[in-house]
Amino acid sequence: MVIIQSVIECCHVTKSYVRGDQEIPVLRNFNLSVPNGQFLAIMGPSGSGKTTILNLIAGLDRPVDGTIRVAGTEVSRQRETELARWRARHIGFVFQFYNLIPVLTAAENVELPLLLSSLSKSERAKRVRAALELVGLGDRLHHYPRQLSGGQEQRVGIARAIVGDPTILLADEPTGNLDREAAEAVMTLLRRLHRELGKTIVMVTHDPFVADYAETVLHVDKGKGSSR
Amino acid sequence: MKLLLAYSVRNAWSRGRTTMLTVIGMGLVSLIFLSVLMIGDGLTRALVDSGSPTNVLLLRQGATTEIASGLYRNQTHIIRSLPGIASDTDGNPVALAELVVLISLTKTGGEAPVNVTVRGTHPMAFTLRPQVRLVEGRPWQPGTAEIVVGSQIASRFLPHGIGSALRVGKRDWQVVGIMTADGTAFESEIWGDVDLLMAAYGRESYSSLTLRLSDEAAFEPLNRLIADDPRLMLQVKRERDYYREKSVTLATFIRVLGFTFTTIFSIGALLGGTMTMYGAVAARTREIGTLRALGFVPTSICFVFLMESLIIGATAGALALAGGAALQFVTLSTMNFSTFAEVAFRLTLTPPSAAATLGFSLLISLLGGLPPAIRAARVPLVTALQAPGR
Ligand SMILES: Nc1ncnc2c1ncn2[C@@H]1O[C@H](COP(=O)(O)OP(=O)(O)OP(=O)(O)O)[C@@H](O)[C@H]1O
Ligand SMILES: [Mg+2]
Repeated sequence: MVIIQSVIECCHVTKSYVRGDQEIPVLRNFNLSVPNGQFLAIMGPSGSGKTTILNLIAGLDRPVDGTIRVAGTEVSRQRETELARWRARHIGFVFQFYNLIPVLTAAENVELPLLLSSLSKSERAKRVRAALELVGLGDRLHHYPRQLSGGQEQRVGIARAIVGDPTILLADEPTGNLDREAAEAVMTLLRRLHRELGKTIVMVTHDPFVADYAETVLHVDKGKGSSR
Repeated sequence: MKLLLAYSVRNAWSRGRTTMLTVIGMGLVSLIFLSVLMIGDGLTRALVDSGSPTNVLLLRQGATTEIASGLYRNQTHIIRSLPGIASDTDGNPVALAELVVLISLTKTGGEAPVNVTVRGTHPMAFTLRPQVRLVEGRPWQPGTAEIVVGSQIASRFLPHGIGSALRVGKRDWQVVGIMTADGTAFESEIWGDVDLLMAAYGRESYSSLTLRLSDEAAFEPLNRLIADDPRLMLQVKRERDYYREKSVTLATFIRVLGFTFTTIFSIGALLGGTMTMYGAVAARTREIGTLRALGFVPTSICFVFLMESLIIGATAGALALAGGAALQFVTLSTMNFSTFAEVAFRLTLTPPSAAATLGFSLLISLLGGLPPAIRAARVPLVTALQAPGR
């Protein structure tokens, strides 16, 4: 058996939120190992902690207990500013509501994460164009988000997530707001990124049809994972 | 960098009405601040610049104004013979003995009369004060009851201009000319023949003697000679110092009053900016979370919101400067407490005042924008990403 290097490694992770004087447990002794280049879908009922898992992997949130290693870094032990720099380098995020900046054009939205790199202006412009062409929006560079359809907005969101060539792509219900046709276009795109560019993708979804695009599906319920 | 600036500008712009109201509020307060500076500069120009660096004014000891001073004819003869005084083309010392009196005039369409300075003088006054120029008519003929009036007097008290008559010292004087003086206080004076004015008022003494020094260094030796002469009992002042002292009380009063109001108003404008920016942060909480998820550090978030506030401040500053440029055409008049005479001056926009006004509006927007910008930087990441709206 070949030993595959894991890019994401969650060991005995416990997470709970404190609301008032009440402690809400979300994850208890959660373990996850994602090999490099895998396309993983996470499914589970609402409130089962799917978004929490993505936030922990991206270093947006911290576990109460346990260790999380992502792309060779112990995420749970980093300081805020180092974590931000690490995130810019290794994590691309795709949001359910696209989270595009309304006052910036498609190209400017995609350029945003590159401002954190040391790339020159012309180099940035080249990458932005390439990313938008990859998602099929090479002709929408100077359109504002409100001038795009939901599906197009989400593809701009994907272009923004991949423009910096991150190690891992995290997507939280990327099709949650789209109709079947637009969802198919987005999923075809994610599968291409996985198959042709070898991206590691972790995606949260409610929709079994969408989950079918992934290689592996992980079902979570109250922090207990069971994969199929 | 340019992209982040565009981000801030467009966000400010996209809130159209809110941004505009904040800009107008902040701009008006900056304009108040600027007008206080412009009044101060205008007054200084009217009063201090009335003096010339080589001119020296002699007053009776203890007198702080020409009105309260007195010099006898024999004293003026002694002084004319002292060294250090410049000579005119005929070899005569440039020394001008003048009588200053106040008369009461009522403004065209006004009700309460105000005090106006009448100066009995000699045509040499035009040489000693090169900023004074006739713009209409001719100078008075020495020995006749003719007068030349300053442009501020003409416009505010003499609607009929040249040809009208004015009653001074129980006799009528004919207006034959109108003079300007680069915005200095001479524009608020009336000039005529000194001997006739002394006769009209039954005076034996002059009010002041103005000398032109042969050079600026001649001041100290001349000052000592006069101080050491027991017959004179006079004080020697550089003309500029004299006018500066006269303007201090008034300028200070206006500045204190103006800056008190400006401080109160600026707190209002500052809070207005703070509310606007808190609103912006609240409306864009999810966007802040997004930027953080992309890898922007809290300091950058703080920076873009501060920038947005500063853009509002800079626009307000520009608005105030535009208002200030328009105010330059406004002429105000006030009573100078030191001389009890009416003085008119133009609001003056100087580069230092313009810079100070821009600095003022930027400072207000910086202080006002700081608390919201800090809140933006401290937004808890996970909740921010779940926030409704943008
Ligand atoms: N910032 C927070 N403060 C307090 N409790 C939270 C917070 N974020 C999430 N929770 C709670 O943690 C639990 C898991 O939330 P999470 O968002 O991870 O669920 P989810 O699986 O993504 O659900 P959904 O499918 O509805 O998006 C929920 O019970 C939620 O109420
Ligand atoms: Mg969720």
